[in-house]
Amino acid sequence: MTYEFLVASAIGVLVAGGTYLCLRARTFAVVLGLTLLSYAVNLFLFASGRLVIGRPPIWDGAIAPYADPLPQALVLTAIVITFGMTAFVVVLALRSFLETGSDHVDGDKVACDAQDGLMKDEPSRDGES
Amino acid sequence: MNLSAHLAILPILIPALAAPLALLAMRRRRGLGVAMALVSCLALLAAALALMAGAGDGTITSYALGDWPAPFGIVIVVDRLAAAMLVLTAVLALIALLHAVLTGADMKGWHFHPLFQFQLMGLNGAFLTGDLFNLFVFFEVLLIASYGLMLHGQGPARLKAGVQYVVVNLVGSALFLIALGMLYALTGTLNMADMGLRVAAVPAADQGLLRIAALLLVSVFALKAALAPLHLWLVRTYAVATPAVAALFAIMTKVGVYAIIRVVPQVFGEAAGAAAWVPAPYLLPAALASAVIGFAGVFAARSLSEQAAFAVIGSTGTLLVAVAGWSAASLGAALYYLAHSTLAGAALFLLADAAARRRGSHGDAASPGPAFAGRGGLALMFMAAAIAATGLPPLSGFIGKLLILKAVAAHPGWGWSWAWSWGVILGTTLIAVIGFARTGSSVFWKSTDGDAPPAPTNRADLVAPALALVLLAGLSAGAGRASAYAAAAAAQVLDPAAGAQVVLGEGRR
Repeated sequence: MTYEFLVASAIGVLVAGGTYLCLRARTFAVVLGLTLLSYAVNLFLFASGRLVIGRPPIWDGAIAPYADPLPQALVLTAIVITFGMTAFVVVLALRSFLETGSDHVDGDKVACDAQDGLMKDEPSRDGES
Repeated sequence: MNLSAHLAILPILIPALAAPLALLAMRRRRGLGVAMALVSCLALLAAALALMAGAGDGTITSYALGDWPAPFGIVIVVDRLAAAMLVLTAVLALIALLHAVLTGADMKGWHFHPLFQFQLMGLNGAFLTGDLFNLFVFFEVLLIASYGLMLHGQGPARLKAGVQYVVVNLVGSALFLIALGMLYALTGTLNMADMGLRVAAVPAADQGLLRIAALLLVSVFALKAALAPLHLWLVRTYAVATPAVAALFAIMTKVGVYAIIRVVPQVFGEAAGAAAWVPAPYLLPAALASAVIGFAGVFAARSLSEQAAFAVIGSTGTLLVAVAGWSAASLGAALYYLAHSTLAGAALFLLADAAARRRGSHGDAASPGPAFAGRGGLALMFMAAAIAATGLPPLSGFIGKLLILKAVAAHPGWGWSWAWSWGVILGTTLIAVIGFARTGSSVFWKSTDGDAPPAPTNRADLVAPALALVLLAGLSAGAGRASAYAAAAAAQVLDPAAGAQVVLGEGRR
């Protein structure tokens, strides 16, 4: 029971963190959010065959409780797809940043320096000196 | 086993083989790559027509990949609806490819033809598969190809819209997997036909989970179909994509609609016990809202391509109003309108491109510019496409909307819903007519002083949109046969037991 609770909580925390990060305005946070979400999804898929410990994943009439092998195959597919997609979205975000000069998801032209607080400092320093 | 037994796999196999071949050929000779893509599209059309001829009499063909028996292996199922969608995809692909080649749009990036073929492979696979996880995989195939195609030609506007499009679809894929995991945990199967039989046996304590899974799954399909309130990604993406690609994307929203039509009656249909028709009550309000938002967008659009994108949303909404009835009559009307609206949307995107090419710096903005050469002919074609998209006689949009209105009014047990549906469909038609008249008159009629842009050197870019319009006219002329086929396909979809018998036949001992 505690094992199930642990896995369920881990998935919940990952989804919560992933959702929060996905809703951020800048691409880096969004990419991290997507990664967390996909981790949560993979764990969830894995658990959909029920949590069975120390049993063979092969169906045989003689072995009563066995681990369901199908979710493991599904997770493998999902991992491969999400891995490729994460790589793609990182490159796309980088390319978009380099071409538009902004890493805002909604495409607003917000200069990154201003967001990072770098631009504000510079003029004020100039004003003082 | 003779060759005709393997016909069902050809629509997936042909583009899967053509894509790497085109990739290799394109490196040296463009002509060879183009020829390969065209041959592949023609072969696809032939295979789809052969499948349609086979499925026309109501036979359902089940093809077990690797000959693994049904609930354990992946199956491909060809019925009337799947065959019709394959034909529609092949026709649309031919039009889009023709436009891309004739206008030279395929040369603006490196891998147009391989990506195009992979996109077709994903689309055909999604229409054919009888397995839910396989549906996810084919969705990913078509999405990954569509990311590449959408970014084809590059430029800041495409990259900005591309990031949004990719992120939205990745979140959608994550939700799809969660829904699949829940359904697998509850029913222990991923085969759609098998799941339909097992859903009724889900214990009462787990009904809540089953309902969540059903609604999550349909939400993901609604995201692909750009159903309100999940439509926000569509307009920007489609309006900035290369026009030939946008024309092909006209069928991408229909993939979502197809998945709803396929999965809901089969898995959550009459036989599903307590979970029967769980998503149904939410579908009608969402469909009405998308029809209103879409055609209001048509009215407010600032450019022709944006207008075409909004018309896609609006037509999907109109289509799902009919689907939400879940009766054979309304679903049949919806399927006829689906074929029509796909072609009409594609024609609008292609004509927006043709106008943009002739207007020089004004592009396809819905504002008057200097008079340009060949205005009259293009204006007539735009008018024909607008008539089709809004649903005025004599083109097939009128017949489609008439069928939908008739089916909705005759639908038993809908109470006042039919009045809402009639009001929204007729009201949005009026708004769309005014919207198209407004952009049409400012682009093709009014003119400002200034130097006329140079006349186009050739008129090849009018061939593909003309072909789309001819097909729309054909759909209107052959409305009797087409709507009869659509009604038969709808009846087949709403009778999942017959399909399940074919698919599971021997596998279920």
